[in-house]
Amino acid sequence: MIKAWMEIISNRPIAKNIYKMELKGELVQRITCPGQFVQIKVDDSFDLLLRRPISIAEYNAEKNTMTLIYRAEGAGTKRLSRKKASELVDVFGPLGNGFPVEETKEKALLVGGGIGVPPLYELSKQLVQNGVEVVHVLGFSTKAAVFYEQEFKELGETFVATVDGTFGAKGTVMDIINEQRFTFETLYTCGPTPMLKAIEEAFPHKKVFLSLEERMGCGIGACFACVRRTKTDANDSGYKKICTDGPVFRIGEVMLEC
Amino acid sequence: MLAVKLPGLELKNPIMPASGCFGFGREFAKLYDLSKLGAIMIKATTLEPRFGNPTPRVAETPSGMLNAIGLQNPGLKKVMEEELPWLSQFDVPIIANIAGSTVEEYVEVAKEISKAPNVKALELNISCPNVKQGGIMFGTVPEVAGHLTEAVKNVSSVPVYVKLSPNVTDIVAMAKAVEKAGADGITMINTLLGMRIDVKTGRSIIANGTGGLSGPAVKPIAVRMIYQVSQSVEIPVIGMGGIMNVDDCIEFLQAGAKAVAIGTANFVNPYVCVELIDALPNRLKELGFDHVNECVGRSWKDEKSSSNSCP
Repeated sequence: MIKAWMEIISNRPIAKNIYKMELKGELVQRITCPGQFVQIKVDDSFDLLLRRPISIAEYNAEKNTMTLIYRAEGAGTKRLSRKKASELVDVFGPLGNGFPVEETKEKALLVGGGIGVPPLYELSKQLVQNGVEVVHVLGFSTKAAVFYEQEFKELGETFVATVDGTFGAKGTVMDIINEQRFTFETLYTCGPTPMLKAIEEAFPHKKVFLSLEERMGCGIGACFACVRRTKTDANDSGYKKICTDGPVFRIGEVMLEC
Repeated sequence: MLAVKLPGLELKNPIMPASGCFGFGREFAKLYDLSKLGAIMIKATTLEPRFGNPTPRVAETPSGMLNAIGLQNPGLKKVMEEELPWLSQFDVPIIANIAGSTVEEYVEVAKEISKAPNVKALELNISCPNVKQGGIMFGTVPEVAGHLTEAVKNVSSVPVYVKLSPNVTDIVAMAKAVEKAGADGITMINTLLGMRIDVKTGRSIIANGTGGLSGPAVKPIAVRMIYQVSQSVEIPVIGMGGIMNVDDCIEFLQAGAKAVAIGTANFVNPYVCVELIDALPNRLKELGFDHVNECVGRSWKDEKSSSNSCP
């Protein structure tokens, strides 16, 4: 990990409150796998003090570029969304352990919910490069919030659900999974905790990798803000840190809620 | 120009990471050489391992953050057997922050941890606002703080610094009580008790309900309290509370601190401690100082000398 100034190549909305930012810089050379994240300082003022953890949606080591897809929801990400091309941003990363691509040889199911969808894109690209067949199930709240459906379709079969039924199937990713009864070797997922819990309950004996989210302080394991209890520890103090041990965990490795 | 001598501590420079913001140093050792630091205040250690509070444990606030980690730590045994020996590879004195639920627990931790060769001082944590027992309950009543300080002093092999809570009406009374009880120094301030509510749910964002406020938002309070305390006691003060840049460091020294600790800023810029150590000499020169000690207490020393010279 390094702290570096990266140049904004582009920063534009791709769905309601969802922005896509392309960044260029040497930091990209250090990314080792899909599912890692960076911590961004939106500007050099103190009022929005902390860095914002944002997952890496795509990276290209040859071009030194990476793409972040983020939701402009709080004050920090809103300020980030107003940044223009050629401006510089203070980026710290890459951080965390991402998705293990090599765990799949033949067929993978990728399940994403809302702003959990972005890191699955680079994962899917790398799986396809390795000759793996990928199936995507993506869930969004409503049609206006849907993004990257076309991009995922180009990589493999893609199912979309919206809660209000304005796009794709009405319901959640679990409705699609229950209906389609996919066969797969590995399931990779990122999204809201209730979705992750439903997946954990549905596939307790499968090879599943889940990416978790939490409010973070430092992003490097020093502040103990983003911990989860481990399931195996009897003495009540066993834990893993989402920022450094995760954000991707094998099913059963940690409790999903703290 | 930067070397500072304090009870038990020969500091290469007056800048150190504050307890709870630096773990046991392992994460930051990947970023720079920890031997550059004046000292390291390690994460609070309790007798038994503690998991701490439920999450979310942090929330950002204007120019600051709330935290309620709840003293998560691996316990005395692991700190003695793994963390402190690992830290001994660096040429840097360790200030061991200790916490407990009872006087007996503090005493037991102090007795053992002060025997570690690289632990040069203890920092008595009587000011953690995020645990139900211990911590702040020892830090808000002068007699209770004095009694605990005395008990720990009796067993410690190294000088004892007491970390004061700002969540009191009379910080000077607290400082005087621990000085009288034998404290060798004071570190201040810990976090201020605060809260942030999610307007959509109507509930506190931090699972613990309340949390400790830190960052630049608390800096004026820290400066004021150090200004008051450093004039009222003979023992040295190590100052902390929202330091972000080199001028903040100098401000704390001028308020009366002899050294400073950096907390929340480590999360914003993980290289901040070494950047400040590198920047300090030039800034001191610009301001006309030959040694960092010349800044200490300048705010009130000048005040006193100028009032003396008034006709």
